[in-house]
Amino acid sequence: MENRIKQKLKEEQKILSIYFTAGYPIINDTVSILEALEQNGIDMIEIGLPFSDPLADGPTIQASSTQALKNGMTTTLLFEQLNDIRDSVSIPLILMGYFNPILQFGVEAFCKKCQEIGIDGLIIPDLPVDVYYENYKSIFEAHGLINIFLITPQTSEDRIRYIDSISEGFIYMVSSASVTGSQSGFGDEQTNYFRRIQNMNLRNPQIVGFGISDHTTFTQATTHAKGAIIGSAFIKHLSKNGVSKISEFVKSILG
Amino acid sequence: MKYNVDEKGYYGEFGGAYIPEMLYPNVEELRQNYLKVMAEPEFKKEFDQLLKDYVGRPSPLYFAKRLSKKYNTKIYLKREDLNHTGAHKINNTIGQILMAKRLGKNRIIAETGAGQHGVATATVCALMGLECIVYMGEIDIARQAPNVARMKMLGATVVPATSGSKTLKDATNEAIRDWINNPVDTHYIIGSVVGPHPYPDMVARFQSVVSEEIKWQLKDHLGRSQPDYIIACVGGGSNAAGAYYHFLDTTDVKLIAVEAAGLGVDSGESAATSVLGKEGIIHGSKTLLMQTNDGQITEPYSISAGLDYPGVGPMHAHLYKSGRAEFISITDDQAMKAGLELCQLEGIIPAIESAHALAVFKNKSFKPDDLIVLSLSGRGDKDLETYINHFNLA
Repeated sequence: MENRIKQKLKEEQKILSIYFTAGYPIINDTVSILEALEQNGIDMIEIGLPFSDPLADGPTIQASSTQALKNGMTTTLLFEQLNDIRDSVSIPLILMGYFNPILQFGVEAFCKKCQEIGIDGLIIPDLPVDVYYENYKSIFEAHGLINIFLITPQTSEDRIRYIDSISEGFIYMVSSASVTGSQSGFGDEQTNYFRRIQNMNLRNPQIVGFGISDHTTFTQATTHAKGAIIGSAFIKHLSKNGVSKISEFVKSILG
Repeated sequence: MKYNVDEKGYYGEFGGAYIPEMLYPNVEELRQNYLKVMAEPEFKKEFDQLLKDYVGRPSPLYFAKRLSKKYNTKIYLKREDLNHTGAHKINNTIGQILMAKRLGKNRIIAETGAGQHGVATATVCALMGLECIVYMGEIDIARQAPNVARMKMLGATVVPATSGSKTLKDATNEAIRDWINNPVDTHYIIGSVVGPHPYPDMVARFQSVVSEEIKWQLKDHLGRSQPDYIIACVGGGSNAAGAYYHFLDTTDVKLIAVEAAGLGVDSGESAATSVLGKEGIIHGSKTLLMQTNDGQITEPYSISAGLDYPGVGPMHAHLYKSGRAEFISITDDQAMKAGLELCQLEGIIPAIESAHALAVFKNKSFKPDDLIVLSLSGRGDKDLETYINHFNLA
């Protein structure tokens, strides 16, 4: 079977992807959140593996990670929760987490578990491109996992080309020089950056993340890119409304 | 076996730069420039001049006669406590502020635990007229009020880190997040030999002035260029890195690294990373760190705020794993007694960090003709309240 991320990206429409931290707000919500997201037409999901020291994340995701860990979330528990997920959820699933918990689980064991469950890709912000390429690429590939790399407005053109050349699936385009959840609306600077990347005609489609929180920012991001990822705004919604009102959130984004 | 950093930024299997892409341009800019800048004659001249006229270097290498007599060996104290701002930390901040200026940065950020590195950073920012923002855990702000006041007097903005456990590791996370948010105009002055490459190497090089001086001072004193032992305390490990630096590959100089056992290594309240830590990633470096089985970083404990970092610099992880250095854990109580003993034998009030190193003499015996250099990394003024409470001196 072809990787679900690649299949999804072949479809015409723009992609709306949602990030949430596993174990937040309630430890056993993972499966119901995933099912609700799929039922409401979300195209792809990033499941966050909480970490004690998430240094690329802003206050919202940090707080959700701290709470998830307090709730008792662990790598092993998350895998248990996801064990039968492919019975009810068919859209691409990506695990997103920092490298240390994965290293402690064992990179190969982690990838094996992901494959058994039906995870399609990984986003590991603090696993550098070169280290991945030299040490882990073959392990990921052997388990059918796509590793997603990030670029930012500060990433040089050469480096973007390099990252594009070793990427599969899509490139995670960080909207601005910031941690997650710190933007309110995009200005000319971001639009110019989106346009600049669009004009590079990369092999891989780009999906924009960081700073997308509503219909306006979703539209701005997807005008120049294949899709957008929403994290902090969804977590805020979850903490206020729990799982029951996910449809309202999705409607507010898609307009 | 090679003990210093390799061209890829590793000490054996430890080190590297495990950073998010958002930090890549900042760290890469530094990596490409730091050696070049440090080699410039103008840079060296300015660095040396400031170390001499502003910091007060060279720091004395003092023969501790009564201490030596008590332990029936020969102990020299490298007096980093006599530096401006009271510790070795200033060697690094002077170097990094000059580096920041060469790289055209006008905004300085730093993390601090007890406030010593924060004060040393605020000091050099005042000296150079640069904006200074220091991240400090909310809990540390409450328990280190005098250093918070010092930083403010020096013109720095102290920002409380309110995430996670609200201490040093979280202050470091906040500083890293600030750097992600300000990638162009800002330099991050890390306070120890930790963080992503090139930080551990750059900080070790700036601190290496300590062992450079030890070499010629021993020659002046005794006509020898190397001791039998070097003893230093290790939190992140910058004073130890400085004291060891020029002797790393001289394996007949024995290195002793002293970690904080807190209430005891098995008590659950400890900072002895070499004993309790496992290999992993912290703040962009592959090293030994204290963590749960699930890879969550845990909170260390020591009576000494300068030693309670959950990791250790990658150089030290390598020195430990390769057996090049002997690691010894010293409890709060042992350290406090050794600190008081130095006061009474030599008239020197040591920082509690340095007191951990001094406690080695009660726990390990040396030969009468062994020549030992101990890095007295800081003075104890900042710790008076802890001494007062511990010994009921009030």
